[in-house]
Amino acid sequence: MGFEKFTILKSGTINVPIENIDTDQIIPARFLKTTTREGFGKNLFYDWRYDNEGEMISSSELNNNKGEKILVAGRNFGCGSSREHAAWAIYDYGFRAVISSFFADIFKNNALNNGLLPVQVSDDFLNKIFKNPGSDIVINLPERSVTISLTGEREDFQINSYKQNCLINGFDDIDFLISGRQEIEIFENKRDRVL
Amino acid sequence: MKKTIFDKIWDSHIVKEIADGPSVLYIDRHYIHEVTSPQAFTGLENRGLEVFRPNQTFATCDHNVPTINQHLPISDPTSRHPVEKLAENTKKHGITYFPLGDKRNGVVHIIGPELGLTTCGMTIVCGDSHTSTHGAFGNIAFGVGTSEVEMVLATQSLLQTKPKQMLIKVDGDLGKGVCAKDIILYIISKLGTSAGTGHFLEFAGSTIQSLSMEERMTICNMSIEMGAKGGLIAPDKITYKYLKERVYAPIGEAWEKSVQYWETLKSDVGADYDAVYQFKAEDIEPMITYGTNPGMGMAVTDRIPEDSNDNLSFIKALDYMGFTSGEEILGKKIDYVFLGSCTNGRIEDFRAFASIVKGRRKHPDVTVWLVPGSKQVESQLEKEGIGDILRTTGFEIRQPGCSACLAMNEDKIPSGKYCVSTSNRNFEGRQGPGARTLLAGPLVAAAAAINGVITDPREY
Ligand code: SF4
Repeated sequence: MGFEKFTILKSGTINVPIENIDTDQIIPARFLKTTTREGFGKNLFYDWRYDNEGEMISSSELNNNKGEKILVAGRNFGCGSSREHAAWAIYDYGFRAVISSFFADIFKNNALNNGLLPVQVSDDFLNKIFKNPGSDIVINLPERSVTISLTGEREDFQINSYKQNCLINGFDDIDFLISGRQEIEIFENKRDRVL
Repeated sequence: MKKTIFDKIWDSHIVKEIADGPSVLYIDRHYIHEVTSPQAFTGLENRGLEVFRPNQTFATCDHNVPTINQHLPISDPTSRHPVEKLAENTKKHGITYFPLGDKRNGVVHIIGPELGLTTCGMTIVCGDSHTSTHGAFGNIAFGVGTSEVEMVLATQSLLQTKPKQMLIKVDGDLGKGVCAKDIILYIISKLGTSAGTGHFLEFAGSTIQSLSMEERMTICNMSIEMGAKGGLIAPDKITYKYLKERVYAPIGEAWEKSVQYWETLKSDVGADYDAVYQFKAEDIEPMITYGTNPGMGMAVTDRIPEDSNDNLSFIKALDYMGFTSGEEILGKKIDYVFLGSCTNGRIEDFRAFASIVKGRRKHPDVTVWLVPGSKQVESQLEKEGIGDILRTTGFEIRQPGCSACLAMNEDKIPSGKYCVSTSNRNFEGRQGPGARTLLAGPLVAAAAAINGVITDPREY
């Protein structure tokens, strides 16, 4: 479908050390009315970035982006609604990876389907990142590792080979499934089920 | 090998497995609505593909729709547009669509079971996290993202990794004034909002088995609020009775054959789970949430807890809600009550609400939105005389839709106001920017609507 290939990413981070960030925070429902995938980035974390009058909150780190490509957030990131708009908004804003110590399932899938890499690290490692807010982070997908540049601390993360290859090559699941339509038909014909 | 019901359904839907990767899982039933489907149709068309199995997808509009004057065109163009897109896409691709005003229209997770489109032993997906609702009939039902909606449209399949499994048993008799919503809020308050992540839940035990289908749906609906992929309950006589003679349910010989198969959908004795939790029904009281995630719940009679480790998220939540640790929640003034959503917008929920307000009056300072989950629920209300009870006690019934559950239409709770809501999410801004949501069941909601303050429904 066309997202950027992902191999090694070195970038500064924007840190949001809050737990249970749900997809309603990431992109509030009132911004879900457009029927295309583009343009959601400007409304990412809208209610944290703008006050009740719609004025930009200048102290919000998210309004002072210097091209950071990595978002770092507290445990259980992306819980709640299944809206893929959350992943689109994060990607559209400019992030290519999210680091947390825990991701909600649907969000994780949605991110992977859009070339956004969810990197799950230990709580301990996450805290180390929060303690070095100015440091670049290096995410090495082929090696499945993440490193804090400033301190050299490093941790491995998990991703299955199938998904790893998809990201490295910029493929998505749909291409794969379509190539297997015939097997799906054979499966259907073998079944004895009333639908 | 001993199998759980989940294993049985899963295994019978695997098209093929990929080494160190996911499996191709066949999807029996696919529901779509206007918010998460337009980009999937665009994607499909960009690839020059047709819908692979249009007869297995069903569409409704629910998220954006107004809950008054549904006979008129939708006045907000940003809400109208996605609904029109859905009509256009379903027409072009030969998909059955229940438009606004159609007697089969309603919230997607209410109408699926109501129409008998959801039966048992199926794989069911929808671009909507509360697809877990359909697990109440013994299905692997889960929410997916829009890319996955596109995959199902294109191939009637998904790439999925088998989740872990968790058994949640509830045994014993429920106390007076305690309903299904209280059970699930109680479980989430004990286990937390991420306990289920990576797992599929099975609810079992004598309490669960005694519940009606409506109540079972309320429970499975909120599985996702524990982070679980979904939650299911093995089908039984109560399930079959509910499904029999529903519009799309199998009939005649096909029905007999189906029931025979459904009877096999039980977890084998001694089957393995990755986690098991047990609860006693007697410990459960009418529940309410005080914070900004569904795990922040307690008995209505409890005090708002203290957080032991100065957790930033906890402090932020209480601050948003305007509450302090140690306070009582009983007697707190509220401004709105919302009865509805795919959690509590079914006929039984309205019966429960009416059972409390009957013979009393709505509190003058409370705005109450009663939103049936579907056209069928709406007409059933009138048939049973519940509509009359509600009107004579000062309430008004709106038209079906998601409404204030996510406030994508006009039904928004104003900033800073308190709403006792029978929906499933109390996230910041979920019911409108700055809105303060207290999740509860229909009985607590009814007592608050009468009294204007948080009230223990057992007083009625
Ligand atoms: S009622 Fe609420 S939770 Fe249910 S489908 Fe609609 S918006 Fe989602």
